[in-house]
Amino acid sequence: MFNPNTLSPAKTLTLPIDAATTLATARVLIIGVGGLGCAVAHDLALAGVGCLVLVDFDTVDLSNLQRQLLHDVSQIGQPKVLSAQRALQQLAPTVNILPIAQHLTEKELLEEVAAADVVLDCSDNFATRFMLNAACVQQRTPLISGASIEFGGQVASFALNTADAPCYHCLYPDEAEEAATTCTQNGVLAPLVGIIGSLQATEAVKVLLNIGTPLYARLLLFDALTARWRVVNLVKDPACPVCQHTGTNSPF
Amino acid sequence: MTITVKFFASLREQLEKSEVKLDSVNALTVAQVWTQACDEVPLPSHVLMAVNMAYVDQHTVVQDGDEVAFFPPVTGG
Ligand SMILES: [Zn+2]
Repeated sequence: MFNPNTLSPAKTLTLPIDAATTLATARVLIIGVGGLGCAVAHDLALAGVGCLVLVDFDTVDLSNLQRQLLHDVSQIGQPKVLSAQRALQQLAPTVNILPIAQHLTEKELLEEVAAADVVLDCSDNFATRFMLNAACVQQRTPLISGASIEFGGQVASFALNTADAPCYHCLYPDEAEEAATTCTQNGVLAPLVGIIGSLQATEAVKVLLNIGTPLYARLLLFDALTARWRVVNLVKDPACPVCQHTGTNSPF
Repeated sequence: MTITVKFFASLREQLEKSEVKLDSVNALTVAQVWTQACDEVPLPSHVLMAVNMAYVDQHTVVQDGDEVAFFPPVTGG
């Protein structure tokens, strides 16, 4: 009988030993442990990433369970990061989970971003997304951004460790608060968060292993109702207040 | 000139149209393309815009034959 538990990450992916070692020694920061964050953490733990730092101040609610695959009814009321840690340690006992069940101050966020090899934005609001992007630009840490609502999803990767890369603020330059469309209020197609989260995790593995062509300077859009994908090419905004001083022509 | 205007995801659902052909004798910015294609509905904030699948801002002037695409902002996690 096929038993997935007996397969090491290296065997499942038939990675060269050095690639498996790279993943096993990697530290990944995941902001938000809702629908996207659960899918991302699940996939990266099984892929053999050594250390996952999970940040979310929220607690598990019954309404989360149809799309947040690491949580279950026994964890309602518990911090999401602890619920996720519990599930992940059952799935991948060797992965090191560092749960942070609170809002990070700007200084704490900068420290976590600096310590990470790659950052995954799985949050649910512009304010967090802008703050995280600014921290990644400042610390020059690659950022993989995912979002989903109703029947639509978006993924983009930002090579913030290189000069001339656009940042999340180049994509969404308007600092105004968004209209209140949240997964709780508007709903999201449950499998869609798995699709977008798995894409983010795939991007993270590529970035960590330095393989393939990440979604750098590209925004991938998925419309579940029509089953159509679109790619929009992004450029660095020379007037971007967040990243304009990081280009090759600017003193850094 | 003729412009092809496309609306994606929830914008398509809200506006109840996926594609519009615009004919114009005047030069148009992307914001003006939205207004003309959407019967004067103001351009919402955070909408993403692309001309021929390259990201642009609302002040970009479109050319004859361009495809202008509008995507809704998505922040849900
Ligand atoms: Zn920028």
